[in-house]
Amino acid sequence: VTSTSQRPGSPASPLRGRAERVRPGGPRQGGHQPAGRRIAGDGVWPWLFLAPLVLGISVFYFWPVLQTAFYSLTKWGVFGGWTFAGFANYLALFADPSLYLSLGNTLLYTGIVLLGIPIAVYLASLLNLPGLRFAALYRVLFFLPYVAMPTAVAMVWRVIFNGDFGLLNHALAVVGIDGPYWISTPGAAIVAVAIVGLWSSLGFSMIVLAAGLKNIPPEMYEAAELDGATRWRQFQSITVPLLTPSIFFVTIVTVISSFQLFDLLYAILGSSNPVLPKSMSLVYFFYREGFVSNDKGYAAAIAMVIFLLIGIVTAIQFRLQKRWVQGD
Amino acid sequence: VTDSTIFVRTRTVDAVPAPTIRRGAPATTARTARNRRARRGGSHVVAHIVLGVGGLIMAFPFVWQLIMSLSTNTEVQSVTPVFWPAELQWDNYARVFERLPFLSQLQTSITITVIRTLAQILFCTLAGYAFARMRFRGRGVLLALVLSILMVPSQVYLLSQYQLVQGFGLLDTLGGLVLPGLFSAFGTFLMRTAFLAMPAELEEAARLDGANPFQIFWKVMLPLATPTISVLAITTVLWSWNELLWPLVVTTFSENMPLSAGLATLIGDRTTDYPVVMAASLLAMAPVLIMFIVLQRRVIDGLASSGLK
Repeated sequence: VTSTSQRPGSPASPLRGRAERVRPGGPRQGGHQPAGRRIAGDGVWPWLFLAPLVLGISVFYFWPVLQTAFYSLTKWGVFGGWTFAGFANYLALFADPSLYLSLGNTLLYTGIVLLGIPIAVYLASLLNLPGLRFAALYRVLFFLPYVAMPTAVAMVWRVIFNGDFGLLNHALAVVGIDGPYWISTPGAAIVAVAIVGLWSSLGFSMIVLAAGLKNIPPEMYEAAELDGATRWRQFQSITVPLLTPSIFFVTIVTVISSFQLFDLLYAILGSSNPVLPKSMSLVYFFYREGFVSNDKGYAAAIAMVIFLLIGIVTAIQFRLQKRWVQGD
Repeated sequence: VTDSTIFVRTRTVDAVPAPTIRRGAPATTARTARNRRARRGGSHVVAHIVLGVGGLIMAFPFVWQLIMSLSTNTEVQSVTPVFWPAELQWDNYARVFERLPFLSQLQTSITITVIRTLAQILFCTLAGYAFARMRFRGRGVLLALVLSILMVPSQVYLLSQYQLVQGFGLLDTLGGLVLPGLFSAFGTFLMRTAFLAMPAELEEAARLDGANPFQIFWKVMLPLATPTISVLAITTVLWSWNELLWPLVVTTFSENMPLSAGLATLIGDRTTDYPVVMAASLLAMAPVLIMFIVLQRRVIDGLASSGLK
């Protein structure tokens, strides 16, 4: 009923709610009434259909969210058992330099990975040139890192970044730069992880943007060409403005996933790396407090702060979107 | 040029009948066409260079990993880079199975991925169908509650999930590894969207034939949802195979871990046997990479449209 512009079987993401608005009430009005207009509804059947999922979601997702919110207000003893602590965890957390350090690292990581989006826009515009040969091959090559297991690719990147025999420093030495010990230098470590993050997410952004480009009518380029607009001019004046909805979507997905950086950091730096306290991300900080130091109340407070931060950043982006995303 | 101007221009060009243009400026049109062709051709060369070099950079780590997996440890750690081993060390792959509990980790990865994928397909199609196609009291509220989970980052429920699994006595077991991943709010959303888009006539016809709601779902509607089910299956397989944090938390002994967490235990070892680690990594990725290369379009389009791993 709602998704007229979609091919069957190509689902919309929850984040694309603007196009396919998620109406909590379901399709009540208009068109076909899915399950008929019987007053009694479908009796017990819907509940049989829903039982496994609703039970599982309640036990393993819904309840844990409430519990974590509550845990963030408690203190845990070394031998289990808890006492109510009010906002003590939050106060301690906001006074903890580790919070700001891990937030700073997470923002730096996010910033570097976001640099991939302009690159992806350019690459997508090349990929979409009419009649381009080997397009399928390029898509596969660029997408490969996105589907690869983070811990497995981390192994090769660790060697590439190695300070003594890594390829990166060999390459830098050729142009006369003395590369750092990437993985064991505090500032360089997070940059190294971000380079890998950029490498692994570029293909995803590129494919989403290329799909967005398909929706730009070719007549626009023909008209611009008749006006004598150069390729670069067309890129600036047609491609980028009309692509803003896709750019927005890719930006949101990138920011949300970057804020949850854990796998790559853990796998590239390694859990026993002395550089970690200085190079950790928010989620690593959470993991360390919750599962290494076993401070459940404190970790719960960190989780709630991450939740809040992602919420704020997403809300800001939706706000800004009104200003720079064209059309609907 | 704003796009509104372009819209106006497009309309103007469309409105002018073609012969007028030809009569009006034959030379210009011919030149433009030639220019366009020339520029198209030229830009393809640039495109192939940029995409080709970019593609090689993207693929390079995998190639380098393959080369290192066939080298000796001395060659990997050589201060002057060795780009091709003196002799291909196929033996490194055999050593993966001697040095690591690779087979049991592989078995764990396969088992949890299959169970989670089947469970998600079953539970999410059932629930997605009910949300899209059935009427019952509280549907709106229940759907909003399930979808609200999509907004919550996984750290928020991780602590409690761990405690639940610990409470069930399932730490270090397959049950503990698969449990929370059997259910997915995202999958439910995905399947609901698919069922919403289907015509009601088929359902009506089946109902008139006396089919009960489960039969309608199973025999009529589910087969129609196959494309979306394959998207759900692909996203679940990739996520389950690659996921690190949950297995890291619920398992302690490396023989109980899936490959993703098992590989992570090799990091930071002072006496790392790099070639064996590289061989193990490639073997661990291989099933998913093969799936990707075989189903490339399906996987790419599915992931791009779902927006989530």
